Amino acid sequence: MSIKVRYFASLREMLAKSEDFLEITQEITVAEVWEKVNPNKVMPDNTLIAVNMEYVSLTKNVNEGNEVAFFPPVTGG
Amino acid sequence: MKIKIVEEGFNPWQEIDSYQQAATDFAGKFGATNIFIGTMRDFNEGDEVKGMTLEHYPGMTEKHLADIVNEAMKQWAILDVLLIHRVGDLLPNQAIVLIAVWSTHRGDAFDSCRYMMEQLKSNAPFWKKEQLLEGNRWVSGNTDGYKKTKII
Repeated sequence: MSIKVRYFASLREMLAKSEDFLEITQEITVAEVWEKVNPNKVMPDNTLIAVNMEYVSLTKNVNEGNEVAFFPPVTGG
Repeated sequence: MKIKIVEEGFNPWQEIDSYQQAATDFAGKFGATNIFIGTMRDFNEGDEVKGMTLEHYPGMTEKHLADIVNEAMKQWAILDVLLIHRVGDLLPNQAIVLIAVWSTHRGDAFDSCRYMMEQLKSNAPFWKKEQLLEGNRWVSGNTDGYKKTKII
């Protein structure tokens, strides 16, 4: 099972990457996704998370084919 | 309803005029039009700003803007909405965002326009990076949309 992980704005620059692909064998939470693709890196407190382009919390489960995104507070308009 | 994300500069006044001229479904029915235009300033937090880059999350941005407009259309009696948001590289004095609302009476146009703008500012996945005289910086948060500017 594969999921795509994306990063935007200052978080993308901080991590020096715009995406990851993660193979999983069972459902895992968004928090576990971060730990697997960014081991030993603390997620900034104000990070927003989306799964399939909907805002979610850290405890949201992720399945095959899902797109997970991590990004800082939004500043449009 | 029309929502556009644009990479090139746009003239909000021409966009409003063209849209209204072409809209035959609400011609003659609207008594109120409320417009919000956000424009790039050449200063922020005490610093001169030379330019700005607006990043967004393609797909999620369009989805959330549509959700915001659809929710406004549920809450208020709106005839039509035109929403345009710029992305990419901007210069001071260029339009960042346009929200135009047409309704029968002014209350629905005024209130829904403000609702959509505040929702956009707090939920739509856009990020601003400013080019200063020395270096760049990400804008870390939005100002309070309801805070009054002090008049000296």
